[in-house]
Amino acid sequence: MKNENLYNYILGIADNSLILGQRMGELCGHGPSLETDIACTNISLDLFGQVRSYFQYASKIAGDNRSEDDIAMLRKEREYKNVLLVEQPNTDFAYTMARQFLFDVYHLAFLSELQKSTDLTLSAIANKCIKEVSYHERFSSDWVKRLGDGTEESKAKMQDAINYLWTYTDELFHQTEADKIMVSEGAGVDVTKLKEAYYKNVGDLLEVATLEIPESKYFQKGGKEGIHTEHLGYLLSDLQYMQRTYPNMEW
Amino acid sequence: MKQYLYIMSNKKNWPLWEIFVRSKNGLEHRHFGSLHAADAEMALENARDVYTRRNEGVSIWVVESKNITASNPENNGEMFEPAHDKVYRHPTFYDLPDEVKHM
Amino acid sequence: MSEEQIRSLENQFEARIARDEKIEPKDWMPEKYRKTHIRQMSQHAHSEVVGMLPEGNWITRAPSLRRKVALLAKVQDEAGHGLYLYSACETLGISRDELYDQLHSGKAKYSSIFNYPTVTWADMGAIGWLVDGAAIINQVPLCNTSYGPYARAMIRVCKEESFHQRQGYEIMIKLANGTPEQKELAQDALNRWWWPSLMMLGPTDAESIHTEQSMKWKLKRKSNDDLRQQFIDQTVPQAELIGLTIPDPDLKWNEEKGCYDFGEINWDEFWQVVKGHGPCNKERMKARVGAWEEGEWVRDAAMAHAEKKQERKQKQAV
Repeated sequence: MKNENLYNYILGIADNSLILGQRMGELCGHGPSLETDIACTNISLDLFGQVRSYFQYASKIAGDNRSEDDIAMLRKEREYKNVLLVEQPNTDFAYTMARQFLFDVYHLAFLSELQKSTDLTLSAIANKCIKEVSYHERFSSDWVKRLGDGTEESKAKMQDAINYLWTYTDELFHQTEADKIMVSEGAGVDVTKLKEAYYKNVGDLLEVATLEIPESKYFQKGGKEGIHTEHLGYLLSDLQYMQRTYPNMEW
Repeated sequence: MKQYLYIMSNKKNWPLWEIFVRSKNGLEHRHFGSLHAADAEMALENARDVYTRRNEGVSIWVVESKNITASNPENNGEMFEPAHDKVYRHPTFYDLPDEVKHM
Repeated sequence: MSEEQIRSLENQFEARIARDEKIEPKDWMPEKYRKTHIRQMSQHAHSEVVGMLPEGNWITRAPSLRRKVALLAKVQDEAGHGLYLYSACETLGISRDELYDQLHSGKAKYSSIFNYPTVTWADMGAIGWLVDGAAIINQVPLCNTSYGPYARAMIRVCKEESFHQRQGYEIMIKLANGTPEQKELAQDALNRWWWPSLMMLGPTDAESIHTEQSMKWKLKRKSNDDLRQQFIDQTVPQAELIGLTIPDPDLKWNEEKGCYDFGEINWDEFWQVVKGHGPCNKERMKARVGAWEEGEWVRDAAMAHAEKKQERKQKQAV
């Protein structure tokens, strides 16, 4: 492949949206109210829309006749580069919203930097996505506040979710090899620089939500290198089921 | 006239909101429907996702349904009928010579 | 009010409907009109919401990203349509929670078609094409029904649903023109969904209890049998066009009548499913009740938060 770094870089971004979109899609029809159900599906739809833009671009870069669907659905488990955070299951609505929030704050900061990319396709995609993600961030922050500063039960559940997911936040700011090269070329985002503002913003909101900021300094990583939690395999078997069972067909 | 009263349970359910959407600048907000939400912010968010998924709006108003006072159709006679015969409020009431084409 | 006065009001009411006037929520209406509307609209709303489940079942497994977003958007629309219809019901003085209670306790009915399982991807095609096709035939005339909020909800529903049937038929076209294995998937789905789709249009006119009154109130514009005939006549050529076979050996064009003759419908199966003994009745209810119960703490928290915010605002104002 001529531009393998760019290809890997795109996958690193797109896989987060793909896996999170898939998680949100699982909830369709099972939300706590019809209104919330519709809203969560909207987030899922936004994310899949983003995925398609990224993978269509990746498919062009790869230049080996693989379609967006081949890239999305026909890789092996170790070849998915999403962060561990987004693959965590929908344990309950607090986990779902906490996961969304912890990702959205990062995602928003990331996209606003990606808009400045020297790669015009990436900056155009970022430019489109950022409006969607701004709304996601507003939506998930509101829910973190509601559940944090709601009833005792909801507070306990939201605190539990934040504590559990906290361990996956640090990975967001790890630089991969593809990252480093892309940053040096001016096309990529230096995620290490987003870290401080991230924890500040997240901390501020948790405070408003009357939640405690977890103190744990032990973090998990590996997703960006394709070493995932056990949850991803099951998600992929759903995602890939049709393509694996009926190979080489058009749908 | 019989009113349909309802005994509300003790459970506090999300109240009902009426949703008004301006489809584009230059047009008025129009009643689109209703939905449930815990508060005004949520009502706005829900309205965005429920009623403007297909690009239907540029501005949304939400009003909690209980805050709307409606006229009673029983009084429609005294409310609206007196306006029926006030034809002098309409331009067609006035005679103009044929030579004046537009006024 | 004396009986005579009520009768006179009723006569005026029926005359308004006959003149094609719309009835609005605060207008006087016979109790039976109110009850019938709550029943029909809520049944319709429940069908939308339960109907999300069989299709939702395939969202995570859709074969391509394009199909996935289309299916997600479609199932999301069903939630929206349920919401519009519940809202229309609420104008008659019943709350959504009460309507849910009726659904969850098994007191309210929903369309039996959703009690059949979606076992392959082709079922997404068959549901869109056949089930939505049959639904549209039922729904379009309701855009003109007498109760204003219902008519308005249906206009919105029909407008939004215009892509649903195409979405399904397109899936079927792809399968029917695909590999032999894909074509088999499509034929198998048609075989399984054809008869339930015919049943979906309701019992035969001889057995249908509500028809006459519903016709007067424009809750129904055509009889079940007429709707069924219309559905068959429009669907058979669509199947032929993509090389699929309708699973009915008795299906035959009747030159004289200008429509298709078709075989006997298994009404025993229909009533069995209506009475709660279809393949998925229990799962569907379990999923709905589960979502509602698991969501309770979330809804409560949102209310508690809203109240706290309100209190803080009032304190600040003082």
